Amino acid sequence: MSGIPHDHYEPTTAGEKWLHKRLPIVGLMYDTLMIPTPKNLNWMWIWGIVLVFTLVMQIATGVVLVMHYTPHVDMAFASVEHIMRNVNGGHMIRYFHQNGASLFFVAVYAHIFRSLYYGSYKSPREVTWIIGILMFVLMMGTAFMGYVLPWGQMSFHGTAVITGLFGAIPFVGEAVQTWLLGASAVGQPALNRFFSLHYLLPFVLLGLTIVHVWAFHSTGNNNPTGVEVRRASKEEAQKDTLPFWPYFVIKDLFALALILAVFVAIVGFMPNYLGHPDNYIEANALVTPSHIVPEWYFLPFYAILRAFDDTVWIVQLTSFVSFGIIDAKFFGVLAMFGAIVVMALAPWLDTSSVRSGRYRPMFKWWFALLVVDFIVLMWAGAMPAEGIYPIIALIGATYWFAYFLVILPLLGVIEKPTVPPSTIEEDFNAHYGVNDAKATGSAAAAPAE
Amino acid sequence: MKKITLSAAVAFGLVAGGMAAPAFAAGEAHVEDFDFPFEGPFGSYDQMQLQRGLQVYTEICSACHGLRYVAFRNLADEGGPHLPEDQMRAYAEFYEIWDPTLFDGEGDWRPATPSDHFPESQLSNAPDLSLMAKARAGFHGPYGTGLNQLFKGMGGAEYIASLMTGYEEEPECALEGEPMDGYYNTAFANGGIPETCKDESGKPTIEGSYIAMAPPLYGDDVEYADGHSTDLHHVAQDVSAFLMWTAEPKLNARKEAGLTGVIFLIVLAALLYLTNKRIWAPVKHPEDS
Repeated sequence: MSGIPHDHYEPTTAGEKWLHKRLPIVGLMYDTLMIPTPKNLNWMWIWGIVLVFTLVMQIATGVVLVMHYTPHVDMAFASVEHIMRNVNGGHMIRYFHQNGASLFFVAVYAHIFRSLYYGSYKSPREVTWIIGILMFVLMMGTAFMGYVLPWGQMSFHGTAVITGLFGAIPFVGEAVQTWLLGASAVGQPALNRFFSLHYLLPFVLLGLTIVHVWAFHSTGNNNPTGVEVRRASKEEAQKDTLPFWPYFVIKDLFALALILAVFVAIVGFMPNYLGHPDNYIEANALVTPSHIVPEWYFLPFYAILRAFDDTVWIVQLTSFVSFGIIDAKFFGVLAMFGAIVVMALAPWLDTSSVRSGRYRPMFKWWFALLVVDFIVLMWAGAMPAEGIYPIIALIGATYWFAYFLVILPLLGVIEKPTVPPSTIEEDFNAHYGVNDAKATGSAAAAPAE
Repeated sequence: MKKITLSAAVAFGLVAGGMAAPAFAAGEAHVEDFDFPFEGPFGSYDQMQLQRGLQVYTEICSACHGLRYVAFRNLADEGGPHLPEDQMRAYAEFYEIWDPTLFDGEGDWRPATPSDHFPESQLSNAPDLSLMAKARAGFHGPYGTGLNQLFKGMGGAEYIASLMTGYEEEPECALEGEPMDGYYNTAFANGGIPETCKDESGKPTIEGSYIAMAPPLYGDDVEYADGHSTDLHHVAQDVSAFLMWTAEPKLNARKEAGLTGVIFLIVLAALLYLTNKRIWAPVKHPEDS
């Protein structure tokens, strides 16, 4: 790994030397685990480990669930009940998997907003960021397809709605939708292929996780100050960093244990709280639930999708200019995907020379508003599309785009940032009140009193 | 309003055509907060209550409704009604099951064995009850804030008990218009409402709506062997608890596992906290070392 200078693995015994010459795998593991990490990382830097754990947990529980699940429209629902009733420990495995999706999204949203606040997406970490957004999209796809598998009412009618979005694409929409479903309506072909992809995509995610980690191991971690680690020499780098093991492994594990305590409480005491009760009714094409609502983690984007109906002037204008090709429905679909695309473009939309939000007095407020906006959108997405809610969703959606497309580019020009500390060491020592002279190792200088 | 129709069309895509139900009807019904022994992190099923509920189901509900996901052997499971083995077998034999392997492949009726499931309902308008307590637990999302569910532990069992006790005299506004089919029930949200019981905007002015099912319980419908009260409130509560068990038979085991898990993780977190503190001490406070 390039980047921050640090000690590398040196094989000592004859056996180690033998292996190292043929396959330097121990060296790779050593370098990965001992990566120099900025010592001022705060508690928002724990979500990566939570995400890795959740991915592994979802794959492990998922593999067991597949052993008892039947992807057939007449048997899927009953096979899930079989898991819940007859398989040893099946109810726990299934509830872990089901609520694991929620844990996944709690962690990924915290992870994303951490990056947005501390400017982790900025040069030189754009590739890490882009891969991360790609993983986020894949996660959403995987979660959606997994939700279809129990073949409940929400599974079925949710699939009809989401694949219907592709049907909104001009000219080819219907063909694309039919191609996705393998039929003109949701049925056996759709269930089979979603099952196949729901098994495949997590392993793609696992692969991307490795590339994601590789990318930021090449550039080094960002940190709350946004100041880069000094890397002129190993000694200098060591003043700013600590090896990942044991300092950050133990810290992350502590945070993970706390988060899992809450997670296990939800699984044990209220496993269906986050889900939709209609999914305990077997899918029935003839009965449409009165409210079709996606799971909570899709709600902000669902709200953006619904926000743009044809009473909004920009929708009318777009429709007029495009001779009606981009109608309100397709506009909504574009807005939903666009909301993720603008996030992916953040590294190039943010013009500020200062990386961390900590030293950007105006940015702080706009960012806080973005977090509030996200929560409001989530709430608006759960509400029926009538009365005041579409208007709230429209304001929320507008702010989401304005933040990335207008506020981020402008702030870099008009904002006067405060001065970040010159080194990570300085920030760390100021925080813990460490005296510089002592911190650099002259213990003998300690006075008697 | 045009706007509402269109945004709904965007939102619901293909299925927009099927949307005719009054959007505000859900949540207008009254669900009472019954006390069940299985609520809260430490709650568990009351075996005696489940046995009473089984009796109510057997004598009343089973006339129309089925329990397709429940096997007779489950009645002897720990954490359920926990019938003694011989009682469970005797109970199963009480049901006749169609077995297509009998009579040289032509099929015949035979008494049920423990591995058989409760029969499915033969009536198209009598839904299966196995999962009803979970399928009717909707008190959040579009149905409300979910706070009652979170803090009072309200769920599908409350809904079923409220439905059983929610049959009332027709409201005055209903007497003015055309007579309605079915029975007025304050807990039922998805049925029809007389036009005379709606305000100008079409919002209902009454709680609940009309349900097709006749009142199944009146009180004193069964005779309990354990001498428990048989008034409407108690019978409704017992059968709701039983249906909660049919929907979530592993609730006791799940809560035990959850409690063990939480305690284990808190201890683990405490140990990791101390380890973390110890490891970082020389870095954070070099003057102490």
